[in-house]
Amino acid sequence: MARLIRWYGSEPLHLLVLIASFALTGYALVRLFAERPLGVAIWFVGAAIGHDLILLPLYSLADLSAQSVLRHRPERTPAVPWINYLRVPAFLSGVLLLVWFPLILNLSTPYQGDTRLPEDVYLRRWLATTAVLFGAAAIAFALKLRRARRAARVDEERPAPGHDAP
Amino acid sequence: MDSGGRPSAPGSGGPQRPGSGKRRARGRLERVRAAAAARAAKGAARGRALVRRVEEIPPPPGPFRAGFWRSPIRGPWLTSVFGLVLLIGIPLLFVTGALSYAAYNPGLGVLNDQTPGKGVLGFYLFDWPTHPYWLYRLTQGVHVTLGVVLVPVVLAKLWSVIPKLFEWPPGRSAAHALERLSLLALVGGVVFEFVTGILNIQLYYVFPGSFYTLHFYGAWVFIAAFVVHVSLKLGRMTRALRSRGLAAELRTDLAHTRPEPPDPDGLVPTAPAPPTMTRRGAVGMVGAGSLLLLVVTAGQSIGGRLRGTALLAPHNREPGSGPNGFQINKTAAAVGINPAHVGPDWRLEVHGPGPTLVLTREQLLAMPQQAAALPIACVEGWSTPDQHWSGLRLTDLAALAGLPAAASVLVESVQPPGPYSSVVLRGNQIHDPRSLLALHVNGADLSLDHGYPARIIVPANPGVNNTKWVHRLTFRT
Repeated sequence: MARLIRWYGSEPLHLLVLIASFALTGYALVRLFAERPLGVAIWFVGAAIGHDLILLPLYSLADLSAQSVLRHRPERTPAVPWINYLRVPAFLSGVLLLVWFPLILNLSTPYQGDTRLPEDVYLRRWLATTAVLFGAAAIAFALKLRRARRAARVDEERPAPGHDAP
Repeated sequence: MDSGGRPSAPGSGGPQRPGSGKRRARGRLERVRAAAAARAAKGAARGRALVRRVEEIPPPPGPFRAGFWRSPIRGPWLTSVFGLVLLIGIPLLFVTGALSYAAYNPGLGVLNDQTPGKGVLGFYLFDWPTHPYWLYRLTQGVHVTLGVVLVPVVLAKLWSVIPKLFEWPPGRSAAHALERLSLLALVGGVVFEFVTGILNIQLYYVFPGSFYTLHFYGAWVFIAAFVVHVSLKLGRMTRALRSRGLAAELRTDLAHTRPEPPDPDGLVPTAPAPPTMTRRGAVGMVGAGSLLLLVVTAGQSIGGRLRGTALLAPHNREPGSGPNGFQINKTAAAVGINPAHVGPDWRLEVHGPGPTLVLTREQLLAMPQQAAALPIACVEGWSTPDQHWSGLRLTDLAALAGLPAAASVLVESVQPPGPYSSVVLRGNQIHDPRSLLALHVNGADLSLDHGYPARIIVPANPGVNNTKWVHRLTFRT
C-alpha cells in the first residue's frame, strides 16, 4: 500500500475513481468518434484549448494594453480608478457577442427560412445594447469624476492658515 | 512494475521435488527473489532520479514561471465561489438534458432515437409522461436558458484556474498526470457542450455531425470528468469557501483588497500586481453578465408580452399575427412540403388490424371535435404559451382503427424523408384525452406552416414529435 502510494502519488481510491471515470469516458468517446472522427477530434481538442490558449490570452492582452495605453494621459485632477468603467461594459457586451454571434453576424443560413423571422435585427440590437452599456459606464464615470474633482476643490479651497488664496 | 519481486503463491512454484531438491529449489527461488527485488529497487531509484531530474529542469519562460500570473484576486476562495455556482448549475443542466433525451421516447425505436448506439448510457430511460402538460416546456426551457446564463460563470471559472494549465513540472506523479488528463476531458467537455448547444439553438450547424449525437455523447464524456473533479475538489472548495466570509468579502473595497494567503495549488500569485478590481467587483461583474444573458434570453421560453424582452434570442418575435401567428420550428417551405400533397387530394390513412380507413378532411371535420390547450415546446428551449387546439382524439382514432388499447402509433408526415418526418408515440400519449390529431388552432384552420391539413399535438411532447402534415397513422399493439 505504502509502495503504491509512493509510486502512484496518491491514495488507491484516487486511482479507482479515475479509472472508473476514464472507462466511462472511453465508452462515450467511442460513440462520439463513430462518425467523422477527425472533425470531432478537432472540435473537442479545439474546445479544450480554444478558451485557455486563444480567448483568454486575447482578452488579457486587451485588458493589459488598455491599462498601459491609457495610463499615460496627463491627469489634471486626482486620479480616479477608471479601468472598470471600460472593463465591465466590454465584458458584458463581449459575452452577449460570444453567445449570440451566429445571429448577430447573420451566419445562420436556415434561420430565416425555418422560423419565418428576419435575422437582420440582431446586429442592430447588439450594437444598441453595447452603446447603452458603454454610455451608462461613461455617465457613471463622469459622475464619479465630478465628485472627485469637487472633493479636490474643497480640499484646495480650505487654505492652510497664513496663506492667501491666489 | 514491482511484480518481479512478488513471492509466488504456494503450490504454484513449478514441479515439486521431494527432500533436498525441494530445499535447493527454495534457495534458488530466494536468490531469484532477492535479485528481482534489488533490480526493482534499482529501477525505482532510477525512476525517482528521473523525476527529480525533470523537476530540476527550470520551467520554460512565460506562463510556466510562478511570477507570470499576477492577478491579486485569483485564489481558492474566488475559484470556489464560481465552482459552487457550477456545482449546482451543471448537474441541473445534465439532468434536464438527460430528461430531454427521455422525452423523445427513444425506446420506441430508431425513428425516435438519434443515438441508437447509446448502449448502457440509456440505462435511465423511462416512459415519458403526459402530465403535467407543461413538463417539457419547463425542463427544456431551464436547460437552454440555464446553459446560456452559465456562460460567464464558466468563463470566470476557467480564468480563475489558468495558472494550473501551466503547472511545472507538467506531471509530478502518475496520479497528477492522470488527473490532468481528466482535466482535458473536463475543460474540453464543458466547452464542447456549451458551444454545440449554443450554436444549435441558433441553427448554426457548423459542428461535425448530428447535434444530438455530439451533444449526447459529449455530455457523458464531460460528466465523467466532472464527477471526478467534484469528488477530488469538494473538500478543498468547502475549506476555501469557509476561509473568507462572503458578507465581509462583499464589504471589502479596493483599498482593502489583498491576495489570499499562498495556496498549495498555486492560484494565488507570488508577485501580485496592485489590485484594480475587488473580489466583490469580479463576482458582481460575472453575475451581471449572467443576469444580462438571462434578460435577453428567457423571454423566448415564457412567451406572451415577455417574448419581446429576449432581445438576442432566436425566437423573440412572433412570425405573424392572428390565430396562427405563434412560433414556427420549420416552415412548410423549409422542409419541402409539396403543395399538391396537402391540397384537396390529401387523405388521412388510419391503419390498424382491420381494413385501412381513408378519410378526407371534410370527413374528419364531420366527426365530433375535441379541444385541448397545449403549448409547443422545442428542444431549442423556446416555447409558446398554451394554444387552443381542436380535432380528433388519438384514442378515438385508435378505437376507429380497431385497436382501442393501442400501445403505440407510427405517425407519418407528407414531408420528404428526413429526421422527424415520422415518429412513434407511446400508449400513454395516445390515450391521454388531450392528445389530438388537430385540425384547428385558436379557432381557425391550421396554417400550412403549422401543419395543415392535420397535425399531432400531445401534452409534454417535444415539439418535433408533434408531427405536422400528417397523412398516415398506424396503430400497433
